[in-house]
Amino acid sequence: MRVSATDWLLLSPELFLTASGLLILSIAAFFEKAKEEFLAFLTILATAITIGLVTFISGYHGHSAPILAGMFIVDNFAIFFKLLMLVSIILTALASVRFVGSAPYPGGEYYALLLFTGVGMLFMVSGNNLISIYVALELMALSSYILAGYFKGEIKSTEAALKYFVLGAFSSGVLLYGLSLVYGVTGQMGLPELAKLFATAQKSNLLLVGILLILAGLLFKIAAVPFHVWTPDVYEGSPTPVTAFFSVGPKLAAYAILARIFYVGFPSFHADWGLIVALVAAATMVFGNVAALLQSNVKRMLAYSSIAHAGYALLGVIGFQTEFGLWGILIYLLAYTFMNFGVFALVVFLETKGYAAESVSDFNGLARRNMTAAVVMVVFLLSLAGIPPTAGFIGKYYLFTAVMKAGYAWLAVLAVLMSAVSIFYYFRIAAAMFFAEGEGAPLRSSYALTAAVLICAVATVLVGVAPQPFVEMLRACVIQTP
Amino acid sequence: MQLMGFWIPILSIVTYVPLAGALAIVFLFGKERTAAIKAFATAVVLVGFLVSLPLWFLFERGRDGYQFVEKAAWIPSLGVDYQFGIDGISLVLILLTTLMGIIAVACSYTAILERQKEYYVLLLLLQTFMIGTFCSLDLFLFYVFWEVMLVPMYFLIGVWGSDRRLYAAIKFFLYTLAGSVLMLLGIIALYFYNTTGFLGYKGLGQPSTFSIEKLTAVAASMPVELQIWLFFAFFFSFAIKVPMFPFHTWLPDAHTEAPTAGSVILAAVLLKMGTYGFVRFSLPMFPDAITTEWVLTVMVALSIIGIVYGAMVTLVQKDMKRLIAYSSVSHLGFVMLGVFALNMAGLQGGILQMVNHGISTGALFLLVGMIYERRHTRMISEYGGIARQMPIYATYFLIMALSSMGLPLLNGFIGEFTILQGAFARSFWWAFFAATGIVLGAAYLLWLYQRVFFGEITNPANANLPDLTFREQATLVPLVLLALWIGLYPKPMFDVLRLPSEKIVAAVGGRTMTQPALARQPPASESGGAPAGASARP
Repeated sequence: MRVSATDWLLLSPELFLTASGLLILSIAAFFEKAKEEFLAFLTILATAITIGLVTFISGYHGHSAPILAGMFIVDNFAIFFKLLMLVSIILTALASVRFVGSAPYPGGEYYALLLFTGVGMLFMVSGNNLISIYVALELMALSSYILAGYFKGEIKSTEAALKYFVLGAFSSGVLLYGLSLVYGVTGQMGLPELAKLFATAQKSNLLLVGILLILAGLLFKIAAVPFHVWTPDVYEGSPTPVTAFFSVGPKLAAYAILARIFYVGFPSFHADWGLIVALVAAATMVFGNVAALLQSNVKRMLAYSSIAHAGYALLGVIGFQTEFGLWGILIYLLAYTFMNFGVFALVVFLETKGYAAESVSDFNGLARRNMTAAVVMVVFLLSLAGIPPTAGFIGKYYLFTAVMKAGYAWLAVLAVLMSAVSIFYYFRIAAAMFFAEGEGAPLRSSYALTAAVLICAVATVLVGVAPQPFVEMLRACVIQTP
Repeated sequence: MQLMGFWIPILSIVTYVPLAGALAIVFLFGKERTAAIKAFATAVVLVGFLVSLPLWFLFERGRDGYQFVEKAAWIPSLGVDYQFGIDGISLVLILLTTLMGIIAVACSYTAILERQKEYYVLLLLLQTFMIGTFCSLDLFLFYVFWEVMLVPMYFLIGVWGSDRRLYAAIKFFLYTLAGSVLMLLGIIALYFYNTTGFLGYKGLGQPSTFSIEKLTAVAASMPVELQIWLFFAFFFSFAIKVPMFPFHTWLPDAHTEAPTAGSVILAAVLLKMGTYGFVRFSLPMFPDAITTEWVLTVMVALSIIGIVYGAMVTLVQKDMKRLIAYSSVSHLGFVMLGVFALNMAGLQGGILQMVNHGISTGALFLLVGMIYERRHTRMISEYGGIARQMPIYATYFLIMALSSMGLPLLNGFIGEFTILQGAFARSFWWAFFAATGIVLGAAYLLWLYQRVFFGEITNPANANLPDLTFREQATLVPLVLLALWIGLYPKPMFDVLRLPSEKIVAAVGGRTMTQPALARQPPASESGGAPAGASARP
């Protein structure tokens, strides 16, 4: 196979990011004195340049450009996810400065692994072939297992890594088995070819089993019930900036390939998987929200909350055959990335100030010690609960619209009631910050962390108050099916 | 609004003056400059009231439809507009809100001593969100204001409330939120019915819009079973906010635990959101649903249970604030009964009673707050013989209690009488049960008055209570004047409410003939806008 110049150009973001990761790894290996702040700065710089490259090729690709003989594709959908993921990497690096450096572990591998995870994610969202998607997914997953256990001296971090690895490997196996069944029946791996084939071909039971296994493998990655059990432990045990990253970055990638495979590849099977996804979404929303109600550990509570949010996002999957389905997911993920990262970034903030940030009571009296942090936290919590005028409301609005249009009114009712319930646990944090008495001097956050939090806050409010430019932009990012 | 050749977005100005004030406080005042913050907050609400006053004078009584309309595209991909505009119903509620804003700020000077900067910022934010709700002519925009309004109130109760404030704050938030999210689905359903259809209903194929005016027409054309579904989707959010029996349990907690200004705003304005919702949305949008017999029966039954049950529970309360809170359940039951009478007298009486309840119950909460500041207890048993020590206070309390129980010459009488007239036109029994509520209302208020104010001072702690200060009286006087004005000369109010009420009553197919007896209007066709407008000046 000949790799054309255009292919090289379209692959330039991934290639550059890989090179940057290797560079950071070598700097850390050969210059032991290299400061962690410097490595974080390099990471951010490299990611920013990658964002520039992605923006550059976004003008170049025309409608949608296949790369490497159709293994990958660069379309608006992929561009959107790439940009959002790269932003999430920058946010993670900002939140990690000092946090990682203050621990007795070198920063070099950390930032390199972060970038390698990023490379995997970038490839994933461009994947247009079941095999290329799988390989990219493994690249992302393997790097993230190590990130979860990065604080290897801490037993919880190790436990998180092990659980993540075992269950992640298992789910990858399920996914791979599903892929192999689909290949076995059809003899095809490319998503457009599969779609073309399915439009006319007979459905076979073996194929349906394959599709279900693929679905199960992907539901593992987005932590939907009943494949969610790894989430609370991994979120609790991982270093908090990594948790923040896990809750957005790899999830974005998983949603992207879920959308790519089921929207492009298997739309003709919607009738077969529609109801299953609806039941999974219902169970995920109910379980995530109810379990979060019962938690007093902040990180676990947020883990369950992110399970609940996976349920909301699945509403868009159900609405795939309506114009609001995929569009709604994109809007929702845009909102989710910033609001969820923002919340975790504020947990990081407390941890850098010596709190374990395990119990809600660590937030006690934060309003008196750092009013801005408390107000911004309330904005994130409102957005997570879907209260207007925040990004979270706009996102949920589109998802509810999609699921109503798709005819699942009962699911819409369940979804809105569950999002009302969620205010109960989200606002436990608000109550702790504003109502409870806290002691101590004012808390100041580092500049890097402040920047991360403010980026999230501005995005959350902006998308909520002036959604028009964003939703129009995202409408153009919906995958065009022929 | 045109002024000297310039177009002025007066409704936006009225709405956002408090928001601008809140931002100014956040960024310009340090938190230790409490005196300056108070003065500034007062100035902001005063300006807010002054800019809202022209609405009353410039509002054209005889003109059909919404006035002072402002419109701009907000989210064109969804068909959402930023659209403001008012009719007579929203007009009186907006004026009530801006007036209550002044009182809420003024009654907080000495009551709120902690975290004052945050307090006034939240109070001003709440003001903007409430006015915005009444001004919105776009359903999406309305929903945004409707929900975001909960946030400042949550913090007002939670930070500055009394002992069980945490419980009351989250209960308030959860209850009202749970109701409103169903309305969101109702809104989405309306949107689809207007455009592409959903759930087997063929849509009308019109361009997407959230305009309340357009969607009202669309909704009214829906098949009756869909109307009933959507009626109930909206019903829960409004009924919880009103609150109607059996959704009222959040109210006594929220009222009792909130700081005085919070209770005043809750009683005077926030509860009106629910009744306003019924009048603005439920009736004109789902006329076939509401005239379906079982739906109407359920609604009227809930209203009457609210009146009687609310009054009976009020009777046994030991805590003054809780007592007045429960009395709200009874009074709002009255309002709902008037609204569901589906005739002119009932509807106008109901709307007028919304205002009246805001004035009298707001004032009663204010009065309880004043004595609470002196004694730090709200238990009735702690008091007795207060009239000897605080005669001015006792007088104000008496006027407001009488207004609340519906004594002629005061505002409450006009509202209750007109509601009863409307209810009687529908059914003797509706009026009968409602009238029991009035009797019970007189009982609990007079008994409360007797226990608190009459007799000898038995509790030594009450022996040296200072009477009302000038500032405290200044917050009460406007309410007393309003109560007298509406009680003696309600015609201006009826003039403002007549046209929008006629439209609503016509929409539900009710008889527009049952005009309120106390309004004594010429038939609608003869009355022009100009004389009514001129006579509206007090």
